[in-house]
Amino acid sequence: MRKINLIIYIVLLLLVPILSYGQIEGEVLKPEGGKFLLTGATVVTVTNGVLEATDVLISEGKIQQIGKNLSASEATVVDCNGHFIYPGMIDSGTRMGLVEVGSLAETQDYAEIGNVTPNMQALTAINPNSVVIPVTRVSGVTTTLSVPAGGLFPGTSALINLNGYTPDQMFAGFKGVPMNFPTLARRGRWDRRSDEDIEKDAKKAMKNIDELWEKASTYMKLEDAEAELTYYPEMEQLAKVVRGELALMVEVNKAEDIKNAIKWIKEKEVQKAILTGVSEGYRVAKEIAESGLPVITGPVLAIPSRDSDRYDAAYSNAGKMQKAGVKVALRTNEAENVRNLPFNAGFAAAYGLGKEEALKAVTIVPAEIFGVDDKLGSIEEGKNATLFIADGDPFETKTQIKHVFIDGYKIPMTSRHIRLYQEFLERNPGLEK
Amino acid sequence: MKKFNYILLCVLLLVANGLTAQTPKGSVLIKNATVLTVTQGTLEETDVLVQDGLIKKIGKDLSAPKNVESIDATGKFLMPGIIDAHSHLALDVVNEATAPITAQVSMADVINPFDVGIYRALAGGTTIAHGLHGSANAIGGQSITMKYRYGTHDPEDIIMKEAPRTIKFALGENPTRVHGRGKNLQPRTRMGVEAVIRNGFAEAIQYKKQWETYNASKDKKNNTITPPEYNLKLETLADILDGEIIIHCHSYRADEIYMLINVCRDFGVDKLVFTHVNEGFKVAPELAKYTMGASVFSDWWAYKFEVYYSTAYNAAILMENDVITSINSDSGELIRHLYHEAAKTQRYGGLTDEQALSLITINPAKQLGIDDLVGSIEEGKQADLVIFDNHPLSVYAIPQMTFVDGVKYFDINDDEDDQRLKVSPTQMVEPVYLQAEDERCMHGVELFTEEAANFTHTH
Repeated sequence: MRKINLIIYIVLLLLVPILSYGQIEGEVLKPEGGKFLLTGATVVTVTNGVLEATDVLISEGKIQQIGKNLSASEATVVDCNGHFIYPGMIDSGTRMGLVEVGSLAETQDYAEIGNVTPNMQALTAINPNSVVIPVTRVSGVTTTLSVPAGGLFPGTSALINLNGYTPDQMFAGFKGVPMNFPTLARRGRWDRRSDEDIEKDAKKAMKNIDELWEKASTYMKLEDAEAELTYYPEMEQLAKVVRGELALMVEVNKAEDIKNAIKWIKEKEVQKAILTGVSEGYRVAKEIAESGLPVITGPVLAIPSRDSDRYDAAYSNAGKMQKAGVKVALRTNEAENVRNLPFNAGFAAAYGLGKEEALKAVTIVPAEIFGVDDKLGSIEEGKNATLFIADGDPFETKTQIKHVFIDGYKIPMTSRHIRLYQEFLERNPGLEK
Repeated sequence: MKKFNYILLCVLLLVANGLTAQTPKGSVLIKNATVLTVTQGTLEETDVLVQDGLIKKIGKDLSAPKNVESIDATGKFLMPGIIDAHSHLALDVVNEATAPITAQVSMADVINPFDVGIYRALAGGTTIAHGLHGSANAIGGQSITMKYRYGTHDPEDIIMKEAPRTIKFALGENPTRVHGRGKNLQPRTRMGVEAVIRNGFAEAIQYKKQWETYNASKDKKNNTITPPEYNLKLETLADILDGEIIIHCHSYRADEIYMLINVCRDFGVDKLVFTHVNEGFKVAPELAKYTMGASVFSDWWAYKFEVYYSTAYNAAILMENDVITSINSDSGELIRHLYHEAAKTQRYGGLTDEQALSLITINPAKQLGIDDLVGSIEEGKQADLVIFDNHPLSVYAIPQMTFVDGVKYFDINDDEDDQRLKVSPTQMVEPVYLQAEDERCMHGVELFTEEAANFTHTH
């Protein structure tokens, strides 16, 4: 009898982990810091090839060591056998954290009033507790550029990591000033201006930008001469661009506009410039390559900008530019569906960019463009432990992302989307109560 | 007398034209493909013979009859043409937003066969799309099932004549914004939406009764009865009650989905499909038992408040609860890669290949009432087929050829740059659009509410 009791106890004891696996009432899953040893993975370093059966040691937020059969005391072991380690993916243009519900003005924090507002800081308005952030990071997208939108100079964008309780904890080390280059294109089908009016508006905007640039240059010179200046926050910010402290991100899409923008950038001797959007880049790929300017393009999953374009114009754009010698990073230009970045990369890969270059376009290339390649963009010792573990090619739709680390924090693999799945897959009560 | 002869001749010619006018049908032999039949598993290295627009034979080592082209599809994948249960492509307008019920209008009247979007959809493997009225009204206009026979200048050729009639309903934010907040008319709330639909159905029952009474008495001797006034709106609602029209209802929240299920049960209507239906997963058991299913987005959410509490696992939950589920586009962009949208159910919920493919083939066919004709590769079905270089659920898959009724409308090796059928004289200088307008559910509604004009996403 006692023996039976003992057996029952043992069986119950064995059941404990199974019983507690599903759900612990009131349990809150938090990012977890510390030392982690990822073992037996195929490491896709991006910069140093693919390493088979390799361990990665994470400590103090960094990739401390990469090698075979590593051991580390006190490290939590994460078995990565049969899995792949990739550097966290970087989306080079989003509204992450700047909007919660697309149509609700109360939750839109990406477009300030005014045409020239470069001093508006995206980093200030990023909501670290946005529901969108966990939804995004479990896809392996760990880092995003949040970009304000609107007038000529809508604000200052910020590169953020998708973990942290304050904007400063999230900040990933790059800020840039977007500029909407005057365009000869229509903003949408609802844009019913005549061709003449479009040209007139573009000329006016161009003149405005020229004057602003002139003013900012003067402001910078006065600053350098330590002149006493009245408070002028817009010029203060633009002066940083003129000086080359901040990058100018020139949003431009139509082929003709791209050529004009390149010319303008050369004329003004802009120190750090990045072309963004560039949806018709393939038409002027040679000119872009010759300019040496880096490009952030996307979304890849987009309708061509002209009715006469080939159906795959947007799919193949990144590949065509890259082949012409342009340095290309990808963006989704999304808010709630930044998680589609790997699929945008997959389409770009299939339509000419190739898998290897597509992977670079969401890792090391943006890290280089943003000047943070000492911390992000590849799996190398000393870089930030911002990476993810997948059971296959992360661009492949059915691949599952198993773990995500951001700055050495092990991210809980949950989000509201996943929790709703867990609750409703087998609803209780079902049809009858 | 001469005049009479002339009229007779005209009538005869019209009849003859009606009898002979036919959409093109093709014959082709596709050899050695991996055939994803959807309903009968995957057949390796198999041939599919198409004759006069129909799948004649599926098997090994078939030989091409005389004058029938043979296509070598070794190493390639053949799947049924993709069916989109929710699109606004190739329609000139979509919203008759003037009243809470506009069942009298029909999308069949506004088909635009020149829309280059049709070609782009074909290049993404889509062969059939359900062109819906917009979502401004609780009961909107009648929709139309189209076969993408691109190249014709005649809207009639685009219509899938065999498909049953369908109509658009809409719940939640859109009809309450347009009518309640925009025009101070019911409905302003989800209570009002229910009332508008119940009132409409009740009025249609009365209308039917009036006609029944009239028809029963009109031939009686010495009757003084006069016919009721003909009303196309109520005729259409009566046809819904008689089960002749399938409802496709724009909906998001679980409560409003549940409401319409109850309304339809009360009125004995069972031809009911919910579309968008982002919170369908919360009422999956009810959807499974009482409806023809749910047609959902793969991952769209958070573009408005009523989709804030949604999940990309929606389709997977619905499928696992035996709801007939499809994935639709509602977009001229997504319609070009529904095979990829379907594949997302493998990331979000781990559906099998066959389940995922059914979301864009046989399941939307069921929801449109055309599953006996299309939606799978079976002998006797219409030959709407797509050849892919990779498995269509792979992100790297590229459609190679698309057939409708056995006629090839897209071939990647024969793909000219400019696929427009005509160039508008006002567009000799071609416009370049910075933002493609790809969501159309609320298209045209800005004329009625200023507020709506500011929306970026307005599905």
